Amino acid sequence: MKAYLHRRYRFSASHRLHSDQMSEEENRATYGKCNNPHGHGHNYVLEITVSGQVDPNGMVCNLVDLDGCVHREVVTLFDLENLNNRPEFRNCVPTTENLCAVIYDILKRKFSAAHLERVRLEETMKNSFEISS
Amino acid sequence: MLYLTRKAEFSASHYYHNPELSPEENRRLFGKCNNPNGHGHNYVLEVTVKGEVDPRSGFVVDLKQLKEILNQEVLDAMDHRFLNKEVPEFSSQIPTTENLAIAIWNRLAPKLTTARLHRVRVYENHDLFVDFYGESS
Repeated sequence: MKAYLHRRYRFSASHRLHSDQMSEEENRATYGKCNNPHGHGHNYVLEITVSGQVDPNGMVCNLVDLDGCVHREVVTLFDLENLNNRPEFRNCVPTTENLCAVIYDILKRKFSAAHLERVRLEETMKNSFEISS
Repeated sequence: MLYLTRKAEFSASHYYHNPELSPEENRRLFGKCNNPNGHGHNYVLEVTVKGEVDPRSGFVVDLKQLKEILNQEVLDAMDHRFLNKEVPEFSSQIPTTENLAIAIWNRLAPKLTTARLHRVRVYENHDLFVDFYGESS
């Protein structure tokens, strides 16, 4: 029996949306308040969905494994950090779209105990982004 | 095709134990959830049914009937119960959130006549929930 398991995690980080390929005016026009040179922060909510057959222990995967992997490979990288200083964003703007894609790529490589279905990232209560397999 | 979702809440206790494993393996695998005295959750259940809108009533499903089925099959059986000891499915299966979603699906699917069951979503808490779309998915 295939089931889908969803788990939510939280981390807080700051960022500034600014592209070196645009002029100052273009950056301001494109990113608005998010282009403030001093940056600003969010409490991100990360929702991970994995799927698989329910095993004889009644599990899609052991939550200890999923929690361990997400904390080790994602949360500790970004929690209480300035995303612009992270190597993942050396060549791309730390929008939540790009952050979602970075997290999806990390977990695709590092988590193998169940199939990674979806990474959904809430930047605020109003904005969320998701990438599905 | 239209999808209608009805929410319900129930509170129950459970513990995780696989009799085929040693006590040490059970403790390692299930951690605190292996405590045989059990622990509890406020579960939130979302049942989604799908179907065509009846041109006479404008309904996908008779909500009164859906509520009665939910009450009878899920809430009466599981609310304020010890799942391992009082719900027959869990005399042979571990009452994880995964198996709970499957058990609720199996209870509801045969009872629904007008609309078909699309998804059973069970929240164990705000940060952990499981979806089951039936065996054929």
